[in-house]
Amino acid sequence: MTATPVRAPDGPATTTVTFRDAFRAGLREALAGDERVFLMGEDVGRYGGCFAVSQGLLEEFGEERVRDAPLSESAFVGAGIGAAIGGTLPIVEIMTVNFALLALDQIVNNAATLRHMSGGQLGVPLVVRIPTGPGRQLAAQHSHTLEGWFAHVPGLRVVTPATLADARGMLATALLDPDPVLVFEQIGLYGTSGELATDAGPVDLDRAAVRRAGTDATVVAYGGSLAPVLAAAEQLAGRGVSAEVVDLRALRPLDTDTVVESVARTHRLVVVDNAWRSGGPMAEVVARVAEQALDELDAPVERVAAVEVPVPYPRHLEEAALPQASDVVAATLRAVG
Amino acid sequence: MSGADDPLALFTTMLRVRRFEERCVELYSAAAIRGFMHLCIGEEAVAAGVIGALAADDAVVSTYREHGHALARGIPMPSVFAEMFGRVTGCSRGRGGSMHLFDASRRFYGGNAIVAGGIPVAVGLALADRLLHRSHVSACLFGDGAVAEGEFHESLNLAALWHLPVVFCCENNQYAMGTSLARTHAETDLALRAGSYGLRSWSVDGMDAVAVRAATRLAVDTARAGGGPCFLELRTYRFRAHSMYDADRYRERAEIDAWLERDPVERLAAVLAADGTLDEPGRTALEEAVTREIDEAVGLAEAGPPEPVADLSRYVTAEAGR
Ligand SMILES: Cc1ncc(C[n+]2csc(CCOP(=O)(O)OP(=O)(O)O)c2C)c(N)n1
Repeated sequence: MTATPVRAPDGPATTTVTFRDAFRAGLREALAGDERVFLMGEDVGRYGGCFAVSQGLLEEFGEERVRDAPLSESAFVGAGIGAAIGGTLPIVEIMTVNFALLALDQIVNNAATLRHMSGGQLGVPLVVRIPTGPGRQLAAQHSHTLEGWFAHVPGLRVVTPATLADARGMLATALLDPDPVLVFEQIGLYGTSGELATDAGPVDLDRAAVRRAGTDATVVAYGGSLAPVLAAAEQLAGRGVSAEVVDLRALRPLDTDTVVESVARTHRLVVVDNAWRSGGPMAEVVARVAEQALDELDAPVERVAAVEVPVPYPRHLEEAALPQASDVVAATLRAVG
Repeated sequence: MSGADDPLALFTTMLRVRRFEERCVELYSAAAIRGFMHLCIGEEAVAAGVIGALAADDAVVSTYREHGHALARGIPMPSVFAEMFGRVTGCSRGRGGSMHLFDASRRFYGGNAIVAGGIPVAVGLALADRLLHRSHVSACLFGDGAVAEGEFHESLNLAALWHLPVVFCCENNQYAMGTSLARTHAETDLALRAGSYGLRSWSVDGMDAVAVRAATRLAVDTARAGGGPCFLELRTYRFRAHSMYDADRYRERAEIDAWLERDPVERLAAVLAADGTLDEPGRTALEEAVTREIDEAVGLAEAGPPEPVADLSRYVTAEAGR
């Protein structure tokens, strides 16, 4: 972290950092805090991480603990599973979620199932960090939002940090989990910056967070869709509509309570997803609200999701494929009628 | 003679495995065992020889054809039967069945039904041992079919690159389900292929338990002493079909008969008879003892309760501290 801490008159000291810095701070703290922790993945060491998240960690912690792996997603994720069973605390980085598909076998068939198949004997305290989502014109094989696929699988915990505090703190909480945790880091956020408390630390992974309180509509987002949703809420405020923004933070287990409580206050629901609409994570959120709080709804649910095309390369098409703040504004205005 | 070096101990293990699986066939026909069940009848020398060469705190990663490995490793027979009957007293609380036997206390890590799926896990167990400065070896058992999977090649490269103490044990029974090695592998010399990753590799007569144990011991000693991973091709044959569902129409009778001539159990019995270690009455007494063990184990397993449905959602994630 570079900037000098500033202290707001009424708050804790903060410093300006990027998401990349925040993730790196979490990693450094994890490596320094426990000898059993090690980082493993393609280009995490000498190169400093494909998105420069692990820059400097090889020099600081050595090759045993910041371990460059060959291009073998299935083997090194599987090795992470074995190492976790064996008593270490591996943090495995997969370069992007599209490449995580080469390790699906290990994640779904081993990490998620070993505890159950062994009748509770084997835990897999593995953390997998997976950059996900669009935002850098990386085209269709580097830009997808697939965390919902993993969230389908019992035995996994799936978290999606969307704020600097979560980016800084989710790894520490994930490492305490005796079961596999997949941390989906938003590619589009790495370079963006903001204020982070200098004493930021572990965060709660079990509860969704209300990022902005409001009374007229509940807008649910996570990961890459939180930023456009907050921008939309700002615009809506200018038009006299008070939107409550809920950040799911975790797609599995899903904190339905926070969403339902919010809908019980606002009686309108808008869900926003960088993933495709069909079978996307927000479909589950809507289903749960329908199951548990249908009576609370005063208007049909509005769904804003990615257009159902592979994410295109040109900037304008990439943007057109993804939910923008203006889409969220329009959907919320429809909901409030 | 120490137990581990005793050929009679190898023979006893093989006999227990053979008779256990013969009983499994009966129990399957009686519908006491359901699901996929894969027998290792004919391959007992691999189970006894490989497992017999390992220390108690070495790790074992196996496949769905693992009854022999599990019994050789010392998982109590009643808990293996109970697992196959789906009882809570099974070694995986009845949640795994025939294909998913686990025993963490014996460092027996499955029981994996995804071909090649356990191979990277064994590499990781060895990595953990290295990082935690333990001198264990990880043994990984898999079939010849697994050699065609990417995970096999990724794992050998990784283990060799990082010089990890893994012994890759390929149980080459010549067939992946109904398809022979020759029909699916461009190069059928598996030791040659493994060797190309810079591992020490050997091909061994997998019908000779003493030879399997000696070769495994060499590989384990090499790996434990820091010589890096090793690969063993154990040439064997399954006398039965791939699984209980397999009509076994892809093999010539003459081929099966030729391999039956080399039955690993009778082969070692002949050696033990010739050197006076196991005479007729001794063999009869051993057979009776194994039958008694199986009868008692089945009785105990049958008496085990099923897990209550109320517990269905348990063991998905850790229960304490969540
Ligand atoms: C990844 C994967 N593909 C296909 C299968 C279906 N299948 C189960 S066993 C088997 C044959 C494997 O043969 P081999 O590895 O030689 O082991 P063997 O059964 O001979 O012990 C196949 C194709 C599977 N379980 N996993």
